[in-house]
Amino acid sequence: MTTELFTGAEMVVKSLSALNVKYIFGYPGGSVLDIYDAIFQQDEIEHILVRHEQAATHMADGYTRATGEVGVVLATSGPGATNCVTGIATAYMDSIPMVVLAGQVASSLIGNDAFQETDIVGCTRPIIKHSFSCRSLADIPDAISKAFYIASTGRPGPVVVELPKDILVPQNKGPFSIETDIKIRSYNPNIKGHPKQIKKAAQTISNAKRLVVYSGGGIVLSDASELLTKLVETLKAPITNTLMGLGGISGTHKQFIGMLGMHGSLEANKSMANADVILALGARFDDRVTNNVEKFCPNATIVHVDIDPTSISKTINAHIPIVGLVDVVMQQLLDELTEINFSPDEATLSQWWQQINLWRNVKSISYEQDDNEKIKPQRVVEALYKITEGDAYVCSDVGQHQMFAAQYYPFAKPRRWINSGGAGTMGFGLPAAMGVKLAYPDKHVVCITGDGSIQMNIQELSTCSQYNLPVVIVTLNNRSLGMVRQWQDMVYGGRHSSSYMESLPDFVKIAEAYGHVGIQIDTLDELEEKLTQAFTIKDRLVFVDVMVDEKEHVYPMQIRTGAIDEMWLKKGVKS
Amino acid sequence: MRRILAILMENEPGSLSRIVGLFSQRAFNIESLTVAPTDDNSLSRMTIATKGDDKVLEQIVKQVNKLIDVIKITDITDRKHIERELLLVKVAAMNDKSRTEVTRITDIFRGNIIDIGKQVYTVQLTGDAEKLNAFLNALQNETEIIESARSGCVGMARGDQALRI
Repeated sequence: MTTELFTGAEMVVKSLSALNVKYIFGYPGGSVLDIYDAIFQQDEIEHILVRHEQAATHMADGYTRATGEVGVVLATSGPGATNCVTGIATAYMDSIPMVVLAGQVASSLIGNDAFQETDIVGCTRPIIKHSFSCRSLADIPDAISKAFYIASTGRPGPVVVELPKDILVPQNKGPFSIETDIKIRSYNPNIKGHPKQIKKAAQTISNAKRLVVYSGGGIVLSDASELLTKLVETLKAPITNTLMGLGGISGTHKQFIGMLGMHGSLEANKSMANADVILALGARFDDRVTNNVEKFCPNATIVHVDIDPTSISKTINAHIPIVGLVDVVMQQLLDELTEINFSPDEATLSQWWQQINLWRNVKSISYEQDDNEKIKPQRVVEALYKITEGDAYVCSDVGQHQMFAAQYYPFAKPRRWINSGGAGTMGFGLPAAMGVKLAYPDKHVVCITGDGSIQMNIQELSTCSQYNLPVVIVTLNNRSLGMVRQWQDMVYGGRHSSSYMESLPDFVKIAEAYGHVGIQIDTLDELEEKLTQAFTIKDRLVFVDVMVDEKEHVYPMQIRTGAIDEMWLKKGVKS
Repeated sequence: MRRILAILMENEPGSLSRIVGLFSQRAFNIESLTVAPTDDNSLSRMTIATKGDDKVLEQIVKQVNKLIDVIKITDITDRKHIERELLLVKVAAMNDKSRTEVTRITDIFRGNIIDIGKQVYTVQLTGDAEKLNAFLNALQNETEIIESARSGCVGMARGDQALRI
């Protein structure tokens, strides 16, 4: 009996197939043409042709954030691979599992400055979880299988697999086998929290007088929302979410006190500042949360649960560190709380909530809109919330519109809020929304963006036509780079250096040129009607260009170098 | 404070660059770094001498440990340990006086003259960093140092403790 032999390119596709991959996001080029030829000759995996490799990474990223499945990107050597760098960094900063297959010139040419040769493994080294350089046919299945395992376990992240042309070509064949039950002796992420630490944490929590639960993206990544809600309801304590953690608990839950951090709610930041115990779950004390670390929550005992030991005590010292998967640890905590017959002291609790409600009454997340004025961007997000009944997948770009979306669209479920939190990558929103729409064609998928961000990957309107991805794009058009302008207003004496977008295109015409529907909204009285109309069009992409007030700032906002709860509530008004 | 870290990792292409990259990416200090395969050829052993306060050291150890290729890392500074470095130094030995002095100093430090040229001696010495520094100082007072090369330190815990899989 003869063993069937396969080319390296066929092995790539067979490996992906064995790992249940449905889509590859990519762009062809010289060094990966053999893989494209192999893709052409099968129909298990669909390839989505983007218009720029950066968009392929964001599209894979959006697909992953919405579904939890590892996204796969395919790019050619040299510029194809380097175009992926921003998208890889974006995924890395937000711990998104991703496998990037990067072509490379033939092994014999590596190091010769060959045509389209870039050391992509070197380029991406600081922004990946791991990388593999395949050197022979036999390396391919093993590298791809390990890449998936590493990307999706522990603290997830992107993995790059480099594939030189000579191991993909038809002249070179070998037998194929793939091991999907991976064990790596040097990689064993901790799953369960240490029992002693769990006991200590439960004890500390039960003695707390002013407990705050602070949860982040880890909850979303581990699909641990239900457990989090159960834990929070057991504790009866207030809960705040990071930007990445929104939807981890319902945004309308009565114990939810809003997002914390730079543009978080006053009640969230005040509660943190006044807490005696902070239970941090899958969050990493990012500088956009803490503000000045020297002044950070001085009276709080910090219980920090995270899968990644490097996140613990990196910026803020944890008194009770617990390394483990956040869902597993939360279950351990719940079991321990039952064990010690936890029941919070009602009087102390009600005092704490009374205090929090005073902060809530300030209504820090608010704005003023006169009927005759230009449309306030916040009003657009509120209208979107109403029209989509709070059940849309909302993908955002980066800037003021991102913060308005986070503040005014309370997410009922996890994986509905998709944004570049850590890296802050403009141009993320549209391709991410496309990835989500591909996964959930029957759901409302909205890209909330700005006139700056949308132009960073606007070429993807073409991909949307090709694959029929009818997302709704809502551009909060303020003819400015709004967040830059806001900082220039607040910190740089109102000198608007390069933050004014002169010669903006007619977005409606652009949308139409790509075969989509364009709608422009200029006045408040037409806002809801036209926006509603956009959502009635199910089979075509609708680009809604909303003219908003360019002078609006995002408030509240932490005062630079201040404590977590030192905030501007509006222009000239401090907390 | 100076710390010595012993690292056991996969002997794979790219492993070294990941460690070096990590140190530069996160602005950690490297005083010296040595690496070579161990008795088990699938493993590399690295010794890094670095500086930093407790918080920085904690991050260094955690960040290195997080690299997929790294199997174990341990800070051996506070335990009883052995630390050795190799020095090769080429010194001027042009007349009787300098030849005698170099030979005498080398004997005192228990080094070896391992090569000679027309007007130079090459000396080999092992020891910890402090001993090597003292030796170089002593030589400098008597003759001219033409060239020197140091291996960077390697270290190991004393007694039964071992860094292995």
